[in-house]
This record gives sequence, C-alpha cells and structure tokens, in this order.
Amino acid sequence: MLKVENLVVRYGMIEAIKGISFEVNDGEIVTLIGANGAGKTTTMHAISGLLKPVSGSILLDGTDLTKIPSHQIVTMGLAQVPEGRRVFAQETVEENLILGAYFRKDKDKIQADMENVFELFPRLKERRLQAAGTLSGGEQQMLAMGRALMADPKIMLLDEPSMGLSPLLVSEIFSIIEEINKKGTTVLLVEQNAKRALAIANHAYVLETGRITLEGTGEELARDERVQKAYLGG
Amino acid sequence: MAFLSYLINGLSLGSVYAIIALGYTMVYGIAKMLNFAHGDIMMVGAFVAFFALNSFGLPVVVSVILSMLATTCLGVVIERLAYKPLRQASSLSVLITAIGVSYFLQNGAQLLWSSSTKVFPSIIASGSLRLFGGALSISYLTLVTITACIAVMVCLTLFINKTKTGMAMRACSEDKGAATLMGINVNRIISITFAIGSGIAALAAVLLCATYPTLSPTLGSMPGIKAFTAAVFGGIGSIPGAFLGGLMLGVIEILAKAYVSTQLSDAIVFAVLIIVLLIKPTGLLGKKLSEKV
Repeated sequence: MLKVENLVVRYGMIEAIKGISFEVNDGEIVTLIGANGAGKTTTMHAISGLLKPVSGSILLDGTDLTKIPSHQIVTMGLAQVPEGRRVFAQETVEENLILGAYFRKDKDKIQADMENVFELFPRLKERRLQAAGTLSGGEQQMLAMGRALMADPKIMLLDEPSMGLSPLLVSEIFSIIEEINKKGTTVLLVEQNAKRALAIANHAYVLETGRITLEGTGEELARDERVQKAYLGG
Repeated sequence: MAFLSYLINGLSLGSVYAIIALGYTMVYGIAKMLNFAHGDIMMVGAFVAFFALNSFGLPVVVSVILSMLATTCLGVVIERLAYKPLRQASSLSVLITAIGVSYFLQNGAQLLWSSSTKVFPSIIASGSLRLFGGALSISYLTLVTITACIAVMVCLTLFINKTKTGMAMRACSEDKGAATLMGINVNRIISITFAIGSGIAALAAVLLCATYPTLSPTLGSMPGIKAFTAAVFGGIGSIPGAFLGGLMLGVIEILAKAYVSTQLSDAIVFAVLIIVLLIKPTGLLGKKLSEKV
C-alpha cells in the first residue's frame, strides 16, 4: 500500500533522513522505532506532505505523494495523527471531528463515521461540546485519532501516540490502535515506546540518525539483542 | 447632551477604525503577520471611489462596490507577490516587506494621482436625525457609518462561525500544519482572508472620506496606525476585540479632543493603550496563550 523509496529529507543544511526505504502492506501494522532525533517525525511529515523531501519517492497505491500538494494527500486516503496531538484547542470536540472530514462531501457517511468514532471513544461523546483544549492529554490523543478516522483513511499514520500518557492510558491507546487496524485500516506507527509498538506490529524498522539499521517482524526485533539493549532497556 | 453628542461622534469615528482594525486583526489571526500596508490599501480604495464618483459620475453604491472589488483584488495580489514567497521567512522579513509595500503604494499613488489633495464629494444626504426636541442631532452620515460597522461585524462573525470556509479559517489560525493535514488549502484560506480584510477596508475608506473629505496618498497612514492600535487594544487576532477596540479608540479620541486638548488627543489615545497593555498584555479580549500539552 505504502512504499517509501530512497527518501532524503533536509532541514536547511542538515540531512535528517539519509535515503531510507520501507514498505507498509495492506492491512498491516508497521512500526518505525528509534531514539529521539532519529528522524521518525521527519519521515512522517515527509509522507503527509508537511515537509517536501529532497529526493526519493513515497508511493501510495502507486501514486507518488511527493508530487501532490500537501493538503490533497489526506484526500488520497492517508491520514496522520501528528506528534503532540495538535488538536484545534479553541474548537469543540465535535468541530475537530468535522474538520477531520473537511474535504469529504458524503454527508450521510460523515455522520455515520462520527457515530463510529463516538462508539470507539465514548469519552469524546460525553465531551462533544467542550473545547478541545480543555481535554486531558489522553482525551486529546483520542480526539486526534478520531479526527484522523473522520477522513475515512485507508492508512493511518500515528506519531508517538503514547507520548506523555500514563501506562494505563498507553494500554488503552494501543488496544484501540489494534482495533482500528482490525476494522481494516492499515497503520504506520512511530514510537519511542518500542516494547509496546513491537508487540502489536507485523513488521518493524529501526531508525538511527536518518538511516534504517534493522528490520524484521515485530517479534524478531523484540528478540533481537541489539534492539533489546538500545530500546527495550535489556 | 453635549457629552452624548461627543459620544456618538466618537462611535462614528470608532466605527471606521473598527472596520479597518477588523482587516488588520483577521490577517494577523490567520497569516500571523502585521500587514502595515493595510492603511494604504484603504487609501487606494478611497481613490478608486473618488474617481468612480467624480470622474465617471457613477452612483454611490456602485462606486463603493467598485472600490471594494478593487481593494479586494489589490489585497490578494499583494499577498501573492509580496508575502507568499516569505511564508517560511522570519517574521521580521515579512514586517519589513509590509512596510515596503506601504511605501510602494503611497508613492505609486503619488505618481499616478499626484500629491495635491483632492476633495471627496459628499455622498450621503446632509440632514440629521433630531432627538429630544432637537437637543441632540445625529447626522445621517453618522448613522450610516455606525450601521455599516455593525453590519460588517455581524456578517464577519456569521461567516467565521457558521460557514465551512470560516471553520477552515479558525483551524488555520490555530495550527496551519494540522489544518493542512485536514485537507485545508492554507494558501487559499490566506488569500480569502486578505480579500475580505482588504475589501472591507475600502468601505472604511469611503466612510472616512465622507466624514473628512480630503484625499491624499498618505491618507491611509494615520487611520492605519490607529486601527492597528485598536486591534492591539482589543487583542490582536480577536474579531470582537477589534470591533470593541476600534469603537473605544474613537470614543476616547473624540472625548479627549472635546474635554482635554485637541493637540494631546493622540497622546491620550496611546497612553490609554499603554495602560491597557500593562494591565492586560493580550489586549481587552485577547486570547490567553496557555496551551495544554
């Protein structure tokens, strides 16, 4: 479904991503793990168009996303839950969800999708008319995920969804990610919490200072000595 | 009764400031830049209306619409040519560019229409509404000005709160990156913002020139600065803030002129601004900048 080839991204003079390639197959959960500054968020931003890569291609079902204006990428079926959630704090929960479906014209389906989001996150329904900025961190994470679901995506990119959340909430978020995936959405997950990410991933890549250094199934990497040492506190 | 009459005059002047300030504050709220050329865009609107009325003898309504269309286009073109290429640049570069555009418009107007002052024709019947047995009279012009300001304010509020484009504007003002992820074309929203802000500036120009009928290429600078002050006073980025700030600024200016000193009125206006900002740095209705992470 998503195929990244020889991607190079630069911030000014600094090459943050030095030619990486990876693939996300239909229906999978794929995770990109790595330390702070490894280039995980940069990769995510390049895929969703917030950053334009220097070279390389990002193919979504054969279409090169690097050649498409950034605001049109979500219309191709790729939605991102950005790092730090970035919900619209002044808008209500409901308005945030409506914004998630901004580009869509199918009103009835949008309404149905909103009901599905409320089913998945009952707490959002309770707080429907509350400004998003007044929600707790966990609720904002749920809202950011719900907002991305409102785009009715084929593939969902999640950037550090567990950041700053209590262990209990992290478990909840991860089980919801699995649930979203079971309902048919492909997932690309970027995480510092490698243990949790590897536990749910079909396939995983390790990113180190802009390069992919290891890859394998989630299980393989969880058992790998180097990964254990560097990311799992083993 | 004299006080009431001053108050109404103040509201009238304040209405003009408020309309200009609305443009300032909208552009700031969404593009996060101070468009210091805003007052000069207004000046161009005044000239277009002047020529439409005087040289072509067009009806008032047609002239106003024509002038609004002209500034709308001008605002969009300026944004496209001068500000859009600087989207990633530091805010200082954008600020300096805006000042440059301001001088460009002033000097362009001087070149095209000469710096000699022209007299704006009167556009509204010169009668007045008499209240309290004639003790208080409000000119039709004043009524029209205040009504126009309220109408602009109501339309803008409805547009921003009730339409899809308005919702996209709100999203852009909070987080352009996240708005892009929603599929919002941020460049288009910024263009629309400039279009609206510049369009209503022409309306302010006509109302201003109807009250103070001298026309010159620098006519936009002082009202521009005052409107900017009004926007900051009310809380830059806030639409009700610009409205309130504009009205209050007008009232303070006229009352200061009437009761303190004509020469000192501007100083008093700015002194009040400083006091307000000392007590409430974000302005009267400014948003708090706290964010939950």
